[in-house]
Amino acid sequence: MSETAEVKVKEPLFSKKNKKLLTDPLNDDNPITIQVLGICSALAITVQVKQAFVMALSVLVVMIFSNLIVSLMRNLIPSRVRIIVQLVIVAALVILVDQVLKAFVYDVSKQLSVFVGLIITNCIIMGRLEAFALANKPFPSILDAIGNAAGYGWILIVVAVFREFFGSGKLWGIQVIPQSFYDFGYFNNGLMILPPMALITVGIIIWVQRSRNTKLIESN
Amino acid sequence: MNIFRKLLDSVKPNFEKGGKLEKFYPAYDAFETFLFVPGHTANTGAHIRDAIDLKRTMITVVIAMIPALLFGIWNTGYQHFLALGQPDTAFMDMIAFGAMKVLPIVIVSYAVGLGVEFVFGIINGHSINEGFLVTGMLIPLCLPVGIPLWMVAVATLFAVVIGKEVFGGTGMNILNVALTARAFLFFAYPTLMSGDKVWIDTTTAAGETLADGYTGATLLAQSTESATNYVNAAGVQFTDVFSAAFMGTIPGSIGETSVLAILIGAAILIYTGIGSWRIMLSGVIGGLVMSLIFNAFAVNPFMEVPAINQLVFGGFAFGIVFMATDPVTAAQTTRGKWIYGFLIGIFAIMIRVFNPAYPEGVMLAILFMNVMAPLIDHYVIRGNVSKRLKRVKVAA
Repeated sequence: MSETAEVKVKEPLFSKKNKKLLTDPLNDDNPITIQVLGICSALAITVQVKQAFVMALSVLVVMIFSNLIVSLMRNLIPSRVRIIVQLVIVAALVILVDQVLKAFVYDVSKQLSVFVGLIITNCIIMGRLEAFALANKPFPSILDAIGNAAGYGWILIVVAVFREFFGSGKLWGIQVIPQSFYDFGYFNNGLMILPPMALITVGIIIWVQRSRNTKLIESN
Repeated sequence: MNIFRKLLDSVKPNFEKGGKLEKFYPAYDAFETFLFVPGHTANTGAHIRDAIDLKRTMITVVIAMIPALLFGIWNTGYQHFLALGQPDTAFMDMIAFGAMKVLPIVIVSYAVGLGVEFVFGIINGHSINEGFLVTGMLIPLCLPVGIPLWMVAVATLFAVVIGKEVFGGTGMNILNVALTARAFLFFAYPTLMSGDKVWIDTTTAAGETLADGYTGATLLAQSTESATNYVNAAGVQFTDVFSAAFMGTIPGSIGETSVLAILIGAAILIYTGIGSWRIMLSGVIGGLVMSLIFNAFAVNPFMEVPAINQLVFGGFAFGIVFMATDPVTAAQTTRGKWIYGFLIGIFAIMIRVFNPAYPEGVMLAILFMNVMAPLIDHYVIRGNVSKRLKRVKVAA
């Protein structure tokens, strides 16, 4: 038996498989529009683009580090207590993020209020830990985290753009619709501020996505 | 009629398979079936021979709404001149003013709604049907006269796309489309859908808005203050508020004020068998029961409003007759209809009295029961099945 046969061919850093980890969650396997996870926060904090952006960034950070840590520890965690271990890791990271937000963007942190803490229960994070990080090496786990957090984030921001623009005539807190429109009888759409409209907006995104990407349509 | 037939026949080849406008066949089909009896007949098996089809059903409902529309047009003018302090203005002037205000809303509602129907019909290749004829009339009738036209357009667009087309078009919607439009406006632009300023057009002849000196509050809004003392737009107390509300000479949404006109519509719907009398009757009973319960407690003025007045105030009559009986969104089983109507009556009065921020509880009650209707039907059918099963076991 020759020894050279056992040397593994090293996978390139951005192999096709790894690239898919990054790009799949953006569209074909989007955590919000396809898996319908993390809807709670998508409805709650998409009133303003700024909030949505900070939320998306927080989730990105928490996801990368929790995926990385769980992936590093994957052979040490006994499978019986894995959920509690994952929770401790995610909770610790969320507290860190929360403190950073409070220190640097206090006003946004105040608006996000309880929803920063609720990142702990965001199903996307737990889902990725369970489904991916526990069974994969650190590097693919990080890619997976970035991909899913980006997939979550772009939906969040698109919904927030619609809601802030039509709901209060602003983007990133800056008045976009000029005063002359209001003088002509334009009104902000109050329904856009309410959570039901976030659900409908997500629904419309799903509708558009599926009509463009026909392989997503289930046969029934 | 011949001229239409010739015109249609001459353009038909363009729309048939292989023609250059093949994609637009649904649009052609819509015009043809609207103008003429469709030429196609059922070609398999036995079928029921009856002249009634979707087109005739819808037209009958539209005819039933005509009295409410005409009265609404007059009342818009009447309230306007009353608020300006000129109640003796000629009848035709009131009609003319009302028509000038109301007809654009009707036109916008139809234009936008039918436009959406045509676009979806052409994209999906299904035939365009007459479902929107009723909705297009209901939307203006349940709006205040002061509503800007672009809002009517946005609401109609939203209601037809999100309320109907995403579910698969006419006959597939869960929520009443016209009420979806109204609810959209109510939550999106509350300042223009409620309050005291929106029900009467107070633009003076000089084009200025009358600032004060009139009362634009609806009877429902006034009920929060007192159950006996109501004033009209000129600030004069109604001597007999019940008959004023029954006749409809009160501020309110365009078509909802006159219970008399609505009852004429109800008679047409019941006589032709298109509207369910069970839903209407049980809705009225539900409203009466809830009002009487409130009367028994009577801890605030709104609870003291006599039960009979609750039925003629606001949009209760309009909602029960035209909205609740929508055959698509109502319960389908006979027993289900009784439950459905009764609960609409109960909830309508309950929301109205308990939450002064939502004086028009009828809208929310009907939308809520629209959602519940399939559940009601499910349990009615299950109940029937288990009853029959029991009978089988006894026999065996």
